[in-house]
Amino acid sequence: MELSTSILLTIALAPLVGCLLAGFFGQVIGRAGAHSVTILGLVIACGLSFYVLYQLTVGGAPVYNHNLYTWFEIGRYTANVGFLIDRLTAMMMVVVTFVSLLVHIYTIGYMAEDPGYQRFFSYISLFTFSMLMLVMSNNFMQLFFGWEAVGLVSYLLIGFWYKRPTAIFANLKAFLVNRVGDFGFLLGIAAVLYFLGTLDYATAFASSDSLIGKTLQITQNTHWDAATVICILLFIGAMGKSAQVPLHVWLPDSMEGPTPISALIHAATMVTAGIFMVARMSPIFELSETALSFVMIIGATGALFTGLIGIVQNDIKRVVAYSTLSQLGYMTVALGVSAYSGAVFHLMTHAFFKALLFLGAGSVIIAMHHEQDMRYMGGLRKYMPVTWITMWIGSLALCGVPFFSGFYSKDAIIEAVGESHRWGANYAYFCVMAGAFVTALYTFRQMYLTFHGKERFTVVHDHGHGHDEHHHDSHKDDHGHHDAGIMHETPKESPWVVTLPLVLLAIPSLLVGFFAIEPMLYQGWFGSAIQVHEANNVLGELAREFHGSVAMALHGFTQLPFWLVAAAFAIQTYIYLFNPAVAGRIKNALKPIYNVLNHKYWFDAVYYIVFARGGIALGRALWKGGDAAVIDGALINGSAGLVERIASGARRLQSGYLYHYAFAMILGLILLLGGYWLVGQ
Amino acid sequence: MITLSHFIVLGAVLFCIALASLFINRKNVIVLLMSIELMLLAVNINFVAFSRFLGDVAGQVFVFFILTVAAAETAIGLAILVLLFRNRSTINIAEIDSMKG
Repeated sequence: MELSTSILLTIALAPLVGCLLAGFFGQVIGRAGAHSVTILGLVIACGLSFYVLYQLTVGGAPVYNHNLYTWFEIGRYTANVGFLIDRLTAMMMVVVTFVSLLVHIYTIGYMAEDPGYQRFFSYISLFTFSMLMLVMSNNFMQLFFGWEAVGLVSYLLIGFWYKRPTAIFANLKAFLVNRVGDFGFLLGIAAVLYFLGTLDYATAFASSDSLIGKTLQITQNTHWDAATVICILLFIGAMGKSAQVPLHVWLPDSMEGPTPISALIHAATMVTAGIFMVARMSPIFELSETALSFVMIIGATGALFTGLIGIVQNDIKRVVAYSTLSQLGYMTVALGVSAYSGAVFHLMTHAFFKALLFLGAGSVIIAMHHEQDMRYMGGLRKYMPVTWITMWIGSLALCGVPFFSGFYSKDAIIEAVGESHRWGANYAYFCVMAGAFVTALYTFRQMYLTFHGKERFTVVHDHGHGHDEHHHDSHKDDHGHHDAGIMHETPKESPWVVTLPLVLLAIPSLLVGFFAIEPMLYQGWFGSAIQVHEANNVLGELAREFHGSVAMALHGFTQLPFWLVAAAFAIQTYIYLFNPAVAGRIKNALKPIYNVLNHKYWFDAVYYIVFARGGIALGRALWKGGDAAVIDGALINGSAGLVERIASGARRLQSGYLYHYAFAMILGLILLLGGYWLVGQ
Repeated sequence: MITLSHFIVLGAVLFCIALASLFINRKNVIVLLMSIELMLLAVNINFVAFSRFLGDVAGQVFVFFILTVAAAETAIGLAILVLLFRNRSTINIAEIDSMKG
């Protein structure tokens, strides 16, 4: 049975309608109205997405690929709006709408007292629409539209609390860093149009083999391979959006935004757009060994080194943010070794457990009245059991403990890297293996600091101090609005709208890997959506050794990644449960390393000095030198000044005395006659 | 024997005297008018001399026109002069420079 166009349109447009209603009529329909219409839109989109997935998987519907609308035409090029719905798209649609729906519900609790309630719902629904346009697109131009639209919403939401200077700084930074990536992406799209003559996926991929042997002439004697140029440019776009080293600097700062969007945009969906894009472009990426090596090395670097920073963070959200960077690195490595399905599989499991971890962190933040510093937490497990249990599930999934969904996706990636013979694969293998250890280190540290050990906050009951007013302020000010570690009431479990999404996310975090790994990775579930050359097919190698999910998990207990996790667990348990003083001693003993990590390898500092200050200096030079001196000084005032100087000289001739004029006349006469006389000679 | 060149030289000399007085005179406007008259007379001498030596009376007819125009011109000039004196109480050329740029 064919997929119906009206169902697909409804999926994409339902969140947009919700967004418009909540955005333009927010004051009319009120808070309850705003969250009702947006959640209704999401319920429709999510339900229909599941239906589409069902039709494609069980119902045997063929791939849907139609243009619906002509956006614009330039010469021979026509930009269409259309949908390409295959299993890859359907899986992304389900992940996006499902996580988005849960985040919408969660937001009711998290933003309950925020004055920008309706605006927030409008933005996240707009995000869902943009993300759906991105994943459902059947051409590069619409992909780019969705790409930019999610970037815009990300900007709006990071700066949601627009009175905080840090939030404004963070959203500007995110926008600027993404511009760098998007510039590469746009060049990549231009290169596709130049070499393949079309931006339609199906046509472009069908003719992608024609890229072999084509080159792009850079200088007289420099020719670059066309496929490599296209792939690296497109991947630069992915580096910006998916926060890969060295364009990762915006993601930790984006934590200035409200926690629900950290979960939705900066963990589960938007940042994985780059991964999705590369997986979608697999027919082109397969043509360039060089580009894939580049992808793999960038990803591996991010997987290990950004994870290390997570170990020294004290802000509960930042730990999860660095963890996201590290996990995005894993996905990128998988792309780099041609295990596209593995990357997308990890994208899906990661979306569930990382959204869970972020929402759990948000739940803790609500309980702590917007205190985010883990040094002032501890022992929260007895106050908020649901958050505690669900976050443990998410953490174990993140660490890759067998049977949890993260284990299947991450172990598949590590093994795929081990199988690969691509240039740099040994480095990548080391990085992902060490990354597993690092992941466990920061995850267990976060869990122990937050939920276990002694309570490092004191509860002071002073009813004279108006709590509501206090809470209200906390949205506007930065942290540190109250004395660190002083609470005015005991922390308590969050309301059901917050815990329900946690539970609903915990279920797929536990189970989805177990059931999905076999069809997704080893049975070609994605069909023609992902194309891998036979020589690069590392997942095909792994498929031969795969004997079911249970066997894989049991086998996982004997493998190195599990023992690394177990070692990290033992270390952190000893440090944070039995001997907290050790942590400080280790920190002092490894001061130089701690400094490097605490300064995030000085990426921010260098970028600030080189690009921000450099940009200002360049702008100032152009302003002073170019605009003020040349244009204003020389051209505008200069030409006027020249006329004035000539005129002030010439006006001296106008003396007003008759005899001067008479003299001039006679002089002229004499010169004229003399001239005639000379000519006559 | 008085030749044409004598008349021409006389005209040129008169003209130059008038010119010199035009430049040198910084005193009053009446002298200016007088030197302009003198220039016209120098020109008239040339006309008459050429008329006589070329045997063409048209030149002498022209002189009458010039004399008439010169008389009219002087009358207007003197009238302007009177008005000038009435308005500015001076006919000193050095003080009349309101056309200065």
